[in-house]
Order: sequence, then C-alpha cells, then structure tokens
Amino acid sequence: MIVEFGHFALVLALALSVAQVTLGFVAAQGADRRMFLATGNMTLAVFACVSIAFAALMNAHLNSDFSVINVFENSHTKIPVIFKVSGVWGNHEGSMLLWAFILTFFSALVALFGINLPARLKANVLAVQGLIASAFLLFILATSNPFARLPNAPMEGRDLNPVLQDFGLAIHPPLLYLGYVGFSVAFSFAVAALIEGRIDAAWARWVRPWTLAAWMFLTAGIAMGSYWAYYELGWGGWWFWDPVENASFMPWLTGTALLHSAVVMEKRGALKIWTLLLAIITFSFSLLGTFLVRSGVLTSVHSFASDPSRGLFILVILCIFVGGALTLFGLRAGQIEPGGLFQPISREGALVFNNLFLTISAATVLTGTLYPLLLEALTGQKISVGAPFFNLTFGPLMVPLLLAIPFGPLLAWKRGDLFAAGQRLMWAFGLAILAALMMLYLTKGAPVLGALALGLAVWVIAGSIADLLGKADFGRNSFGVATARLSGLPRSVFGTFLGHLGMGVTALGIVTVTLFGTETVLTMKPGDKVDVAQYTLAFDGLRPFSGPNYSELQGAFHLSGKDGGKVSTLISSKRQYVARGMPTTEAGIETHWLSQVYVSLGDNADDGSTVVRIWWKPLVTLIWFGAVLMVFGAIASLSDRRLRVGAPRAVSRAATVAAE
Amino acid sequence: MTRKQKRLAVIGGGLSVLAAAAGLVLFALRQEIVFFRTPSDLIEQPVAAGTRLRLGGLVEKGSVVRGQGTEVSFAVTDTIKTVKVSYTGILPDLFREEQGVVAEGAMAADGSFVADTVLAKHDENYMPKEVADSLKEKGVWQGK
Repeated sequence: MIVEFGHFALVLALALSVAQVTLGFVAAQGADRRMFLATGNMTLAVFACVSIAFAALMNAHLNSDFSVINVFENSHTKIPVIFKVSGVWGNHEGSMLLWAFILTFFSALVALFGINLPARLKANVLAVQGLIASAFLLFILATSNPFARLPNAPMEGRDLNPVLQDFGLAIHPPLLYLGYVGFSVAFSFAVAALIEGRIDAAWARWVRPWTLAAWMFLTAGIAMGSYWAYYELGWGGWWFWDPVENASFMPWLTGTALLHSAVVMEKRGALKIWTLLLAIITFSFSLLGTFLVRSGVLTSVHSFASDPSRGLFILVILCIFVGGALTLFGLRAGQIEPGGLFQPISREGALVFNNLFLTISAATVLTGTLYPLLLEALTGQKISVGAPFFNLTFGPLMVPLLLAIPFGPLLAWKRGDLFAAGQRLMWAFGLAILAALMMLYLTKGAPVLGALALGLAVWVIAGSIADLLGKADFGRNSFGVATARLSGLPRSVFGTFLGHLGMGVTALGIVTVTLFGTETVLTMKPGDKVDVAQYTLAFDGLRPFSGPNYSELQGAFHLSGKDGGKVSTLISSKRQYVARGMPTTEAGIETHWLSQVYVSLGDNADDGSTVVRIWWKPLVTLIWFGAVLMVFGAIASLSDRRLRVGAPRAVSRAATVAAE
Repeated sequence: MTRKQKRLAVIGGGLSVLAAAAGLVLFALRQEIVFFRTPSDLIEQPVAAGTRLRLGGLVEKGSVVRGQGTEVSFAVTDTIKTVKVSYTGILPDLFREEQGVVAEGAMAADGSFVADTVLAKHDENYMPKEVADSLKEKGVWQGK
C-alpha cells in the first residue's frame, strides 16, 4: 500500500511541477504578489511529493518488500541496514529517483531562502527548475518506475551488487548527485537572466554560493568515488580516465571555472556573458554525465547492465535543455551590457587565464570521451581512448594552470603588479627548485620531467601558503601584528588558500605515486617474504572466513620493518557472495603515515602457492587529502559573511553600480 | 591599449591556447587510441606485431591454463575464430570460461596475443558492449 502511495505521489509531483512551470513563467510576466507566492508554494509541494515517493521506496527497501521488483533485484534480508538504505540508489530506477529528489530539494531551497531575490528572477528560476524536474519525473514514470511490483513476491532478494556493498559507495552517489544537480541552480539562474535580458552583480552574488556548494559536493563525490575504485576494485588504480569518471570530471572542471568567473562578475561586473555561458555549459555536462552513465553507450569499467531505450529518452532531455539554453543564449546574450575594463596583468586577467585553461582542458576530456562514439557512428570502427591520450593532452594543459595558481590571489583587481607578486613568491619558488634538485640528487638524475612535476606540486603548495602570509603582510609587520591581521582576514581568503593548497597537495600525491610507486606480482607460499619499499611483507597463509552474506578466503600477511620489528598485519581476501555467486577481491591496505602498502590476492596455483599483487603507494593518501582540503576551502568560503543568507539584501543595489 | 585591442589580445591568447590543445588532441588521437578487434578480424586482417589493440570475445571453454608463477594463458573466441592470449598477472574476479572478456595488449610474432590488461566488469550479467555487438554481427549472440 505504501508503495502504491509512493507511486501516486510521484505522479502527483509530475503534475504539480508542470503547474510550477506554468505559474512561474506567468508570474514573471506580471507583478502579482499572490502569483509569486503560489509559484514558491507549488515548488515546495513538488518537493514534498517527491520526498514522499523517495521515503516510500526507502521504506520498501528497509522492510525487504520483495514484491517490489526494485527491492527484489537489489536487496537481501541478510545485508546490513546501511546497504539496505544504499540499495535504494544502487540501481538505475532508485538513483534516478534520488536525482529528482535532490533536484526538487534544491528548488525548494531557492523557494525558501530566496526571500531577497528580485521576485521576477525568482519566479523564472523556479519555472526553469520545474521544467528540469518535469522532464526527469516524466522519464522516471515512463521508463524507470521504481515502484513496479512482482505478481508473486519471492522469499528472498537477489542481493545488492557486491562491489556496491561498501560504505564508500553508499554515500558516493548522493554526494555526486548533490554536485551534479546542484549546478542546475546556476543553470536556472542563467536561463532566468537570459529570459529577462538583464544581469547584475547581485546575480553573481546569488549564484556563487550555489555553485560553491555544488562544487564542494562534486569534489567530495569524485574523491570518494576515486578512493572507492582504488580499494574496492583491487587494481590499485585511483583514476582510470574511464568515460564514467570523465563524466563527473568535466562538470568539475567547468564548475571550477564558473566559481572563479563568478568572482570576477561579482566584484567587477566583468565577464557577464562568459559566466552565463559557463553556467549553462556546466549543467550541460552534468546532464551529459547522467546520459553517459545511464545509457551505457560507452564501455566503462564502472558500467552496470543498462538499457539503451532509456538512453534515448535522456538524450532527448539533454538536447532540449542544452539546445534550448544555448539558443536562448545566442538570442539574448547581445542584449547584456559589457562589463568593466581591466589590464591583462590583474586579478581579472589571472581568473580569465584560469577559465581559459580549465574550459579547454574540459574540452580535451570531452573529445577523448566522445571520440569513440563518434568514430563508431561514422565508420563503425571500435576504439578505446585511454589514459595515454589524456596524459598527453590534459597533462600539458595543467602545467601553466598550476604555475599560475600562486600568482592569482596576489594580483590586485584592475591593474596588478606581477613583479611585486613575484617578490612575495620568491621563497616558494626557491623551495620548489630545491625539491626538484633534491629529487634529482637522490634519484641520481633519472627522470627530469618527474623532478619538474614534483617541483610544480611543491610550488603550488608553498605558493598558496605564501599567498596567505602575503595577505597578512608577514614580511612587513611584526609577527604579532601579522598574526592579528591573519585572523582578521575574511573567510573567503582562507577558502581560496585551502582550495589552492588542496590542489597542490593532490598534485603532490599524484606525482609521488606515479614516480616512486612500485608494483610486484608474484606467487607466494605461506612463510614467503618479499621486500616492499622499506618494509618486508610476509605471507602467513590462507584461512576461510564467513561474513553475514558472503564467505571468503582470507590471505593473512604481516608487514615488518627492515630491522625485523613487526609493523602490522594485513588481510586481503577473495570473497564469494552467496546470493549472486559473485566473487570480489578485497584488498589489504596498510596506511603508514601518508603512504600505503596495498595487497591484492589472485588465484591459487596448483602447487599450493597464491598469486599476490603488491603495490607500494608513497604519499598516495595526499590525492584524497587534497580533495578534503578543497572541500574545507569551500566550507570556509560559504561561511564568509558576504555570502551568508540575507547578506545580499544590503548590497544588491549598491553592488550594481559600485566596484570595490 | 584600447578596449578593442585588449579584447583582441584576450581572444588571440585564447585561440592560441585552443590551437595548441587541438594540436595535442589530434596528435594524441593518431598515437594513443586503441582499436577493438575480434578474433575473426585479427585472422582475416592480420595486424603488425607490437601494435596495441583490444581483443574482445568469449573465453573459450577449457582453454585457461595456468603456467609458471603468475603466467596464465587462455583463448579468446568469437565462436568462429580463436586467438591464443598470454597474460602475466592477476585475472579479474569475473573472468570465467565462456564469459565475455576484453584483453588489451599487442600481437606477438608467433600470432598469439600478449595482454597486459584484462578488463573486468562490476556486474556478473554484464557483457562488454563491443563484445555483444560483434557477437550480434556474427549472428552468434545468445543473450536476450
């Protein structure tokens, strides 16, 4: 009964969101307060209905109601509660419902907290949000109904795909979707601004926190997915340049660009048209990502069985929204007044530089991702574009970007002094050179490019610190005064600092793992020992073990220092999930400081030995630690006074004319 | 500089970065892409030894032989032609006889295929798309 109620709520949500669209667009034509109010209330009603539908599906999963196909195919009575919950979005239908749930959640937030928004802008934004919601609700109801029933309820479910039975993947999809879908708000604001044909600094002030929040979730989601793939797939890789990964990475790249261009627009009123275009492109990439993942048109290591007819539906949605928004952009962009002037060497100039490289690198990722599709459609040739392509194209584009990062925050608006900025960065530059030279000395001059890459990562880290210290004038003031100044800096300065620092930390992790990581594949018998970097890994033997819904063969290892002192024990296992009869490999990972020893079990040979794959991953955790810093950076920026809810009221008028 | 000159400078700079990136992309697309081949393709149109490619098909029943240490060999078939594959390392969890597989590597001089990567999937019901398509083309597809 609850299931049918949920289904009904979803149908109602579709009808109400069509009403939301109509009300919003009509309200924006006039000035009737009641119409504006009705639009907002309708938005809340849609959110309420989708929430009920989502809760109904959650309830079915929690109670293992196997009369529902979705629950039968993706759940089991014996799995832990957390996986019963994550089973809701661990499948196509449920994940689309989560998508719609998050979309309507964001719409409701705009309706609730957009009190100070100009009424017409708000009505248009809500109408566009409603349009997106209508399309996706229709998609769910027409092709992917999560509430479909089975005529005879089975006693037991087929279990959730074992690789998804993991805490990391339980929270990865919601984080990723909060990011993907969060960009819909920037998109709707952009479309609303184009409909009105006007845009001002207040607009950027409104869009920036939304973008920042979406970017924060997307960063966390990507990092979580990367770490999940790293430990769960048992291949020791943290990024495969796989289409599904690229699908989440492209909106991240353009979203990062949007974050920076919105700053220029807010502070200086420049780059208006470009910012609008970026907002449209970023959400378009989110839609493209949804299409690529859900349609299964591309072969991916992350592919799950998928249905092409659904792909077509999403493709149509994609074409309508992207095509429609870009057409509107083409028609109206000319009406928007150009913004302020600036010298090439200035904060604006640096941010344009950032945008240039980020969008072009997103374009190369797009090319590499879609080229196989294009070639197959045109010539029937099947190809794959893998890591070598991206390393060759994306890699070089990141170099100038990383080189420029420390300069940006030190340049003044309008007209900057590159020489003065350079002086403040002298010690950071020295440190980077020193790191590169030290590596050349320690490795006896082996990889020169590697040394430069290491220097580059150190440069970004040291440069970000130099930026922060420079803002507090540590060079010119006494320590006490400078510390006082530091604590008085706006939080957004710390946001920039943490974001850039995180970028450098991630880069450092990537460089050290790539340069100094080792991989060994060998057969081991109980008692065998092998050297891994500064440790010795000994194999203690295999033993059977039973979990709640799986049985496994555990390989026990112990890690000791070269001096023989025991460091820790490691368990790596071959797991067999009972319900699906599906095997998985559980990697044994030992984290020591920031580095990891990673052990993965292979098959057993006839002579009683076991194939073992061992990686030494120096400083690998920095890759994800950097992402965590970026997330904290976003939080710091979001908590800045300027961006707090309500703050735009005081400045919305003034900001359109005055420049800081 | 006037407004116009500045705009030209920005556009010029942007275009030159774009051109450089496009050059890189074109170069990489010539060098770094890997073609997908079925066993029949490989036997009908032999590929020079050393050229990287992806070989896809089904793992032939009874063909998996474990050699010394971490060496393993198996045969990939599209039910018409068969190619022997040798691989050193750990096979993915879902590698099974009579199941779809994609191996990446290069042909050796003796006509066998030396793989350095064998691809796995997350889902036991999943067939790599290229493999499914090529089996359908050859009329030997048995799935739904």
